Amino acid sequence: MATTQLPVPPSAPARAEAAPRPSIKGPGRKRPNVLGGLGGWLWLAIIIVPIYYVVITSLKNQAGFFTSNPMAPPTEPTLANFQLVLENEFARYFANSLIVTVGTVLPALFVSFMAAYAIVRGRGRFLNWTNNLFLLGLAIPLHATIIPIYWMITRAHLYDTLLALILPSIAFAIPVSVLILSNFMRDVPNELFESMRLDGCSDWAMLWRLALPMTKPAVITVGIYNALHVWNGFLFPLILTQSPDTRVLPLSLWTFQGEFSVNIPAVLASVVLATLPLLVIYVVARRQLLSGLTAGFSK
Amino acid sequence: MTTTSSIRRGVRDAGPSGWLAVPALVFFLVFAVVPLLGVVFLSFTSWDGLREIKLSGLSSWTTVLTDPVTGNALLVTAKIMFFSFMVQAPISLLLGVFTAGGQKYRAALAVLYFLPLLLSSAAVAIAFKALLDPNFGLGAGLNLPILAQDWLGNSDLVLFVVVFVIAWQFVPFHTLIYQGGVRQIPTSLYEAAEIDGAGRFRQFLNITLPQLKYTIITSSTLMVVGSLAYFDLIFVLTAGGPGYSTRLLPLHMYLTGFKANDMGAASALGVILIVIGLALALLLQRLGGKNRNASQLEGA
Repeated sequence: MATTQLPVPPSAPARAEAAPRPSIKGPGRKRPNVLGGLGGWLWLAIIIVPIYYVVITSLKNQAGFFTSNPMAPPTEPTLANFQLVLENEFARYFANSLIVTVGTVLPALFVSFMAAYAIVRGRGRFLNWTNNLFLLGLAIPLHATIIPIYWMITRAHLYDTLLALILPSIAFAIPVSVLILSNFMRDVPNELFESMRLDGCSDWAMLWRLALPMTKPAVITVGIYNALHVWNGFLFPLILTQSPDTRVLPLSLWTFQGEFSVNIPAVLASVVLATLPLLVIYVVARRQLLSGLTAGFSK
Repeated sequence: MTTTSSIRRGVRDAGPSGWLAVPALVFFLVFAVVPLLGVVFLSFTSWDGLREIKLSGLSSWTTVLTDPVTGNALLVTAKIMFFSFMVQAPISLLLGVFTAGGQKYRAALAVLYFLPLLLSSAAVAIAFKALLDPNFGLGAGLNLPILAQDWLGNSDLVLFVVVFVIAWQFVPFHTLIYQGGVRQIPTSLYEAAEIDGAGRFRQFLNITLPQLKYTIITSSTLMVVGSLAYFDLIFVLTAGGPGYSTRLLPLHMYLTGFKANDMGAASALGVILIVIGLALALLLQRLGGKNRNASQLEGA
């Protein structure tokens, strides 16, 4: 039994051996770090193999899938699977995902940014209390509240609408957004705010003319982070929508898998298609995203 | 901790600024705090999701607490939480330290490490379902019988498969957190250690680990509390099976509420989830002692 659990244990011990090795930039760089490097490449293999498998399989036809070696690239690559997925209302699900994502992220950023500004710049019991409430929101598995949310949404006659997905998603995005934004806002020198205030600027003006430009990288990072979550969200769509008209991409993958369960290449083509938009964004904005996220969570 | 002058200034600032927090607060109150109270209320009712909600005292709680499936779900949750922490934490820490290094190829690897974060849990689950197929997946492809197991159908193996897939999906995120943490360690510490003749291993133990204390607490908190939210991945991958072997608490809550139509019992399970999450988060913050997060949590 133990030997059959290969995937998990080997990665852990292999990394453990590498433990002492990975060196930090700077002085420790003289000797090449062999173990660290090995571990790094091993993890890359673990990451890449499933992605490789999904991509090559999505390009195989069904006969090819059943007869060829599963890990070998297709002998006759075909885009027919992608065509099949696109013909199955993919565009509508894509549009739904886009509406829900944009409709969540923009308002969430807007209200979180104002709240972060107030929490960092203001004082008093009310703001302290608000901040603590948001921090508490980070510690609570908010998804445990799906049943009352379902009740509220059905009561408000919003069941099976895109707004039903947007409203709770905004609320769930607020704690982490406020936390990261306020971490960055604290770095804006107080003197800048003071001098603007002396010039007679209102809070509203300082918010948009000073705080926003100074924390733009953080705002973009938080925006992308939330967009990833909402775009890939599954639980809310599962319990709050029902019809194909309101179906979003992750849910469509699941239903597609049910309908085309024998056609694995087509199912995996839908996985590729659903991920492609995020991949494009990642390629364009990866520097921003990676540096923003590393800084945002470790401040 | 604040001087008199800053308090005075604060009072002046508090007026206009306070209002700016209100929209976020209202959203959060309506769609997070009210449901939080609602789940407690609903746990004392019986409701099938359609008809009237009826108060039913403790009956939902008795159902939940006497149902052996609940105990099993708690056990499965604890196991997945423990194993996925034990797998993810060391890998993320080491990869974070590794990718924080200056070399070009490490930065390139870091870009590729991020890829799993782009996939939805549903996509990850579907991909692994295909990849783990004994006949048309990895095992058959590499011609290694040992990898051609019925991974998802064998109740002895499936838990570890789930832990592996969770690690595949979430290690990238925690690697980023550690990478950021390592980059904030002052280089001078390593220079001093170098002069004292400390090797890489000593530097890692005596500088990197202690300096990463807060990062470790943040990442561990997110990992442990996050494991109470592993729903979609497992729902699509195994649907809790085979049998009850991967039916962890959030999934059990969903199935009780939306498949068995017992919203009262599902709410009681929700309350249990919340209490566990809160307790674990507070415990981890305490373990870390007084730190920035803890003092923020306490409002100091």
